Amino acid sequence: MSEAVVSTLAIGMIGGAIRVGTPYLFVSLGECITEKGGRVNLGLEGILVMGAMSGYALSYLSGSPWIGLLCAAAMGLCMGLLHGLICSLPRVNDIAFGIGLMLLGTGLAFFLGKGFIQPQAPQLPALSLGSFIADPRWRSALSINALFPIGVLLSLLLHWGLRSTRPGLALRLVGDHEGTARALGYPVATVRIIATAVGGAFAGVGGAYLSLCYPGSWSEGLSSGQGIMAVALVIFARWRPLGCLAAAMLFGAAGALGPALQSIGISSGYHLFNAAPYALTLAIMIASCRPRQTLGGTPGELSLTR
Amino acid sequence: MSELLRERALVLMRAPGSFALAALPTLLAVCSALAMFSLFLLAQDVSPLEALRLMFKGAFGSSFAWANSLQRAAPLMLTALCVALPARAGLVVIGGEGALALGGLAAGSVAVMAPSLAVKAAVPLMVLMGALIGGLWIAFAGMLRQWRGVNETIGSLLLSYLGIALFNHLVEGALRDPASLNKPSTLPLPESWMVGAMPGLEVHWGFAFGAAACVLAWIFLRWSVPGFALNVVGGNVNVARLVGLPVDRLVIGACFAGGAAAGIAGAFEVAAVQGSANASLLSGYGYAGILVAFAARQNPLAVIVCAVLVGGIGASGSLLQRRLGLPDAATLVLQGLIFANLLAWEALQGRLANWQLRLSSLGARDV
Amino acid sequence: MTLNRRQFLASGVSAAAAGLLPFGAFAAERKLTIGALYVGPHDDYGYNQSHAQAVAKLKALPGIKVVEQENVPETVAVQKAMEAMIEEDGAELIFVTSFGYFSHAVKLAPKYPKVRFAHCGGLWQAGKDPANVGSYFGYIDECQYLNGIAAGHATKSKKLGFVAAKPIPQVLRNINAFTMGARSVNPEISTQVIFTGDWSMPVREAEATNSLADKGVDVVTCHVDSPKVLVETAAKRGVDVCGYHADQSVLAPKLYLTGAEWNWETVYKAYALAAQSGAPFANMTRGGLKDGFVRMSAYTAATPAKARTAIDGVKAKMLAGKFDIFKGPLKDNTGKEVIPAGTTLVQTDLKLESMDYLVEGVIGSTGA
Repeated sequence: MSEAVVSTLAIGMIGGAIRVGTPYLFVSLGECITEKGGRVNLGLEGILVMGAMSGYALSYLSGSPWIGLLCAAAMGLCMGLLHGLICSLPRVNDIAFGIGLMLLGTGLAFFLGKGFIQPQAPQLPALSLGSFIADPRWRSALSINALFPIGVLLSLLLHWGLRSTRPGLALRLVGDHEGTARALGYPVATVRIIATAVGGAFAGVGGAYLSLCYPGSWSEGLSSGQGIMAVALVIFARWRPLGCLAAAMLFGAAGALGPALQSIGISSGYHLFNAAPYALTLAIMIASCRPRQTLGGTPGELSLTR
Repeated sequence: MSELLRERALVLMRAPGSFALAALPTLLAVCSALAMFSLFLLAQDVSPLEALRLMFKGAFGSSFAWANSLQRAAPLMLTALCVALPARAGLVVIGGEGALALGGLAAGSVAVMAPSLAVKAAVPLMVLMGALIGGLWIAFAGMLRQWRGVNETIGSLLLSYLGIALFNHLVEGALRDPASLNKPSTLPLPESWMVGAMPGLEVHWGFAFGAAACVLAWIFLRWSVPGFALNVVGGNVNVARLVGLPVDRLVIGACFAGGAAAGIAGAFEVAAVQGSANASLLSGYGYAGILVAFAARQNPLAVIVCAVLVGGIGASGSLLQRRLGLPDAATLVLQGLIFANLLAWEALQGRLANWQLRLSSLGARDV
Repeated sequence: MTLNRRQFLASGVSAAAAGLLPFGAFAAERKLTIGALYVGPHDDYGYNQSHAQAVAKLKALPGIKVVEQENVPETVAVQKAMEAMIEEDGAELIFVTSFGYFSHAVKLAPKYPKVRFAHCGGLWQAGKDPANVGSYFGYIDECQYLNGIAAGHATKSKKLGFVAAKPIPQVLRNINAFTMGARSVNPEISTQVIFTGDWSMPVREAEATNSLADKGVDVVTCHVDSPKVLVETAAKRGVDVCGYHADQSVLAPKLYLTGAEWNWETVYKAYALAAQSGAPFANMTRGGLKDGFVRMSAYTAATPAKARTAIDGVKAKMLAGKFDIFKGPLKDNTGKEVIPAGTTLVQTDLKLESMDYLVEGVIGSTGA
């Protein structure tokens, strides 16, 4: 491969990791918080789509993308809260209710979003981190949306918070051993509900990224399952926020692979290249999981890994 | 082991008596979902009564509407089995869409490999191929879970995405009929191979096949030894291991059976509807099957009813669009509401079961 | 297989020649219900919108009622939706707007011989397909050729980009026409194609546009269902763009050179009036710029002056019916001759509707 080809590919992958990976980052951080508390929320897909629609709609109606972002987060918070509350009822299966929420969120977003497919809403601003570089391609790859650094900061914050703060420890205790948490006097249900609600807010922001940053437009085909894939990402990030960051970037880069390869002339098998992120996730899961043995870091109360 | 068997058998025997109690939460759930949907419509300035009347008319209001609903229900019963059978072993499999696609492709490729086959051999062969490939695909998710500890929900979804990519790659590549111009497809089936409608109905044979598969699954789960063993695995896997049940084989077998059902759904889509394998197979039947299975509480007989209901909701959307100008997503909203409500009211089911237990312990103590 | 294709190519030609419908004649204002089905949302800034807008215009005609349904998947759902329109609304003419609906229309048509099924993009074959099924399509490749001329004048890097869904004849014909238009300006120009694999893939379309821009491409266009994402991404990257399906100039006012648009209104009005008056049903309707089936977006400030003159010149020839895009000698991008010297394929030639090659100057391949 010539140098030009390598640099084109590198730019595509690095730029793509950030562009395509950021929504995965937010949703997987949200799922990470939720699962640390011992619940699974497959409904993040529905929340993501709803966040994308409501964020776009509010940005358009108010003229401020930040209001849109807030609205998406609030929407996510409410839907997460709903999941948290309902799943606290006895006998309600959190995985199944998540699928229900996915359906409901997608349906509501499609229904209410009809009027917002056409208009152009104001977009969240981008930061030019590469303004000192002469190559316009690198400049563009490093012209990073404001949400990405926020996501990185949040994953650092969560990394620290889950390890060394009281609420973080409480959350982990609730997720790891319900009985002990109860014995120590922690309100298990409340902690889980809060964790699920906060997780929902993260997913809402992830959705707003899709509609307000990249690709930056609301349409019914906007999400290609980013919300569900986040559940897989959290497993292979081993429930570590920094792992989520790495996993999301890797996944984003893999997602950028298909178009990037075609642009350098490798044109056959694009359906397979486009599926690279899924193959990668599966391969990593196969390599890292062990039969009849939970992974290190798995919250003990998680229905997903029992 | 015998204690366990006895207890389980008693529970099963009592089941018909408590049917009304089991149906109550379902009814309440549907009612509350309809109430919420009505409020939602009111907020959109649409008369809920008119909308519900139209929905009923579109789904079950005439023989045409019935045919419409049943036709849509045909693949849903089979893709629902793809969720319900593994669920009996305690698995949540959501990868039916990929199994359906690959099953359809396998069925379609029969026309490529043996185009001169007689109908009597061709259709069963297509169904068989569909079942085999679909079954293997989901069984693989089961193997990954049992042998490598990969979560089956995520594993089956990833496999489904990969299956769809493979499907597209082959349909648009190696298996593409060069004459399928603007819609890449496999070679069309000979006209005589096409599966037609059942006599007197405008519903293709896939419906009868799906319903029969559900009944068979129910009989299998209820009356056969492996079916019983599967329920034990789903109830408590540690107990199942303790009593020496071949857990891995049972789980993987259930996955295979489920995947086979989804694969057959794909085969019928090819043989009765599309006439070749093409991207139209990927229209969400696999995902809708998840809804049906959960709404049916993983009971194969209830799957038939729920599939017809979900098919009916799909059929009703047409009138809502044409008469009230509602977006197509209206039916998606209703489906979501019904599903979410069903699960939420499950909590009530628990309460009811407790009351029932208390009642029965107050009364006859002869058990 | 090839034999099969030749047979229907031969049968179709005569139908195409006789295809055009009587225009303008105002029929008696008989009550007529028209149904329309779309494969996606009807306001997608693209393919479905182009149809829905034209159907909306029909509502203004006297005596005509329209019923519509969007997001109809290409399964039994189409057959049932069409049947419901016939049974419940009394529809007598149905616009079946997605290519994948064709087989379903053919299947249903014999059951309702009095209903006219007008399908977009299919190849109706006399003797094989029912007489109450018809097919219409527009030669939008003419507009893509003109898009190519605009791109050829605007490009500095001599690299153009084309984001496409799938390598099917309708798409390949557009890519080829676009490239040939650009190379008529400067034969050094090349077009890089990226296939996204499906008709609506917003993230992948954006990513494809970005990788094209990274590669130095400075004009892009597309053939996907909704070009909104491509146009907006191009605007963000500062890359010139040519529109497709509908007018997207408001999305990138400073970079939108021009665009290839459908004008289904012409076709739909003709079909509606014919059905209303009982005039015979046209089974094969085709038309290009000169028939008003397609049109160009208005020039913007971004359209180079030289491009305007060049486009106007070629367009005048096309309108006069004196311009052929596909004529020999023409080589594909593997060096194989696809149209021998001396042969000219006129627009109505059905061979063009089964195009399976990319012409010289296109970087990409037709395999999956």
